[in-house]
Amino acid sequence: MKLFSAFIAGLLFGIGLIIANMVDPHKVLSFLDITGKWDASLALVMAAGLTIFSSGYFLLVKARKKPLLGERFFIPERQIIDNKLLVGAIFFGLGWGLSGICPGPALANVLTGDIKIFVFIAFMLMGMYCARLLIKLTQNKVAVAQIVE
Amino acid sequence: MANFTPFEALLGGSILGLSALLFLLINGRIAGISSIVSGSFKSLANKPQWRWSFIVGIILAPLVTQPIGYYLPKHIDLSWPVVIIGGFLVGFGSYLGSGCTSGHGICGIGRLSPRSIIATIIFMLVAIITVFIVKHLG
Repeated sequence: MKLFSAFIAGLLFGIGLIIANMVDPHKVLSFLDITGKWDASLALVMAAGLTIFSSGYFLLVKARKKPLLGERFFIPERQIIDNKLLVGAIFFGLGWGLSGICPGPALANVLTGDIKIFVFIAFMLMGMYCARLLIKLTQNKVAVAQIVE
Repeated sequence: MANFTPFEALLGGSILGLSALLFLLINGRIAGISSIVSGSFKSLANKPQWRWSFIVGIILAPLVTQPIGYYLPKHIDLSWPVVIIGGFLVGFGSYLGSGCTSGHGICGIGRLSPRSIIATIIFMLVAIITVFIVKHLG
């Protein structure tokens, strides 16, 4: 049942991306091109998405102790704004600004069958793996430094 | 304004918001695509099956939208270096920064999370500057 609702949520997510045409990298890039022929559509995508999610979150989710299926809510509780977050956002912005593709649209484009989307996803996974290694490496260094001290 | 499509944008955005809301309300999970993708490769002890269901849902979405007249682009009209470097940076940055457009941009800002608000402002600004440099100075 949980797997089915996850499937339906994913399906809806993909449908939203396709109807909003966020699956077209050039639609996204023309939204980011504010000094050129700016296309504001994506601002409306975000505004609509935020309105629905946010009102539902504060009215429905917050009133509950646990989700309809499952034992608890998995909501990130970290509040600290650290270098990882800032540097990560910079790199993500670079990649998104270059390609016009973020992870959701990358997946939604799989059925284009275009080899380029598969290569994009492969390099995206590689990037995630490298970031994971980097985090582990720096954590080890911190741990070693603490032991030395 | 070129190619402004307000109706599709509002409809698509509402469906995205509804998807993220239902997923949190029913499964208790955040619809952050980068985390779902990276988490789906972790060990089976981590029970990643729901992540795979979500991913299969996104991939099959065109089969639903085709009959109502919304299609994927015919092909991905980007150069190879952009595909390769862009893909790597999107993966690297979203993992390091714990989120992407969906996790930070919709679910995070929607919860008024300070981390997500800061992250979204930064990646939006950097993306806008990147497009400016590539399109107008390149």
